[in-house]
Amino acid sequence: MSHFVLDARYLLCPMPVIRTQNRIAELSPGDTLEVQATDPGALHDIPAWCRVHGHVIVSIAHADKEVSITLRVTAA
Amino acid sequence: MLAAKVMLEQGIHVEGINFYTGFCVEGHTHAIRNHEHAKPKRNNALWTAEQLGIKLHIIEVIEEYKDVVINPKHGYGANLNPCLDCKGFMVRKAREWMEKNGFDFIITGEVLGQRPMSQRRDTMPVVARESGAFDKLLRPLCAKLLPETLPEREGWVDRSKLLDFNGRSRKPQMALAAKYGFKDYAQPAGGCCFLTNEQYSHKLADLWSTRGSKQYEFDDIMLLKVGRHLRPRPNFKLIVGRDEGENNFLEGYRKRFIHLHATSHEGPLVLIDGTVNEEDLELAARLTARFGKGREAESVTLTMTDMQGNSRELRVAPMLANEIPPEWYL
Repeated sequence: MSHFVLDARYLLCPMPVIRTQNRIAELSPGDTLEVQATDPGALHDIPAWCRVHGHVIVSIAHADKEVSITLRVTAA
Repeated sequence: MLAAKVMLEQGIHVEGINFYTGFCVEGHTHAIRNHEHAKPKRNNALWTAEQLGIKLHIIEVIEEYKDVVINPKHGYGANLNPCLDCKGFMVRKAREWMEKNGFDFIITGEVLGQRPMSQRRDTMPVVARESGAFDKLLRPLCAKLLPETLPEREGWVDRSKLLDFNGRSRKPQMALAAKYGFKDYAQPAGGCCFLTNEQYSHKLADLWSTRGSKQYEFDDIMLLKVGRHLRPRPNFKLIVGRDEGENNFLEGYRKRFIHLHATSHEGPLVLIDGTVNEEDLELAARLTARFGKGREAESVTLTMTDMQGNSRELRVAPMLANEIPPEWYL
């Protein structure tokens, strides 16, 4: 199980969720991915995408103009 | 949403595909502009998938889609919307995804006669043929009005439970949505693509005409969504932020353009797209002053910064409203 970081800053939705989807396709169950974004739409879209695919949101942080969403990849 | 639900009701496993072309009205627009009364931000495709309890795959097709926009075999609709080519392209991409992922057939929410270009009796078979999907393309909402498809013939789908919606009215869809208990649903098709928008198409046509070729990059089509665009001279245009959200977005592009902003008064960030001389710069500065809070002042001080990052101050009289010919607005 490894931890990865995806820099999706300065991308506008839906690009952060597309990058997240494509990165997760390369990861294994149990891995965690921290997605960094600046579009506040990511706060809604990435958790929604995780819900429909069964991945788990570990934490969400929102400071200044940056968003950080950490999720755990499942076998779903 | 309804087509997927009709299939789910028959016990069919459905997964959604949403294509991102760069021209989608959703997504970027809610991120850019300040909407005081906007609904909570959401991606409608994801929201719909969640309501249905299905997976959704969002596929970015920005580069491949250029050929559809630039060279549409079937031409454009009322604006620069290549609807028939677009539908054929998306169903082709869906077919490729279906084959790669072991699915059996494709469904769409199309309704016979709903759209003037891509959903006519004579053009719906064109989409099936040119996408290569042929009889693996099922339109559950109007299937009873169309020839049988493979999933119907094979008995995977019960044709008697499919629908016969026809025409431009969306009342049957709304009634079906009510039957399924859907109280909220995404904007009906047609209003979700900037290429169907007259003003956007005008700006894209201007971009092609001034560059002398029908080409674009992703950043070009993003910038066409943002700000007021004015072309006071053939050699340059201005992109003027209309609110804080747009100014913040344009900030990200400022190093690629000569840009202006007022320092004596509040005002927008303005990008200059093109090559300008001193006279053009003064005109651009007067227009920039016009769109700021100093528009009634005798003079406004601005900072002009070139693409090398060198700045200098300009002091100009704001342009009067009646000095701006309407044709400057793109």
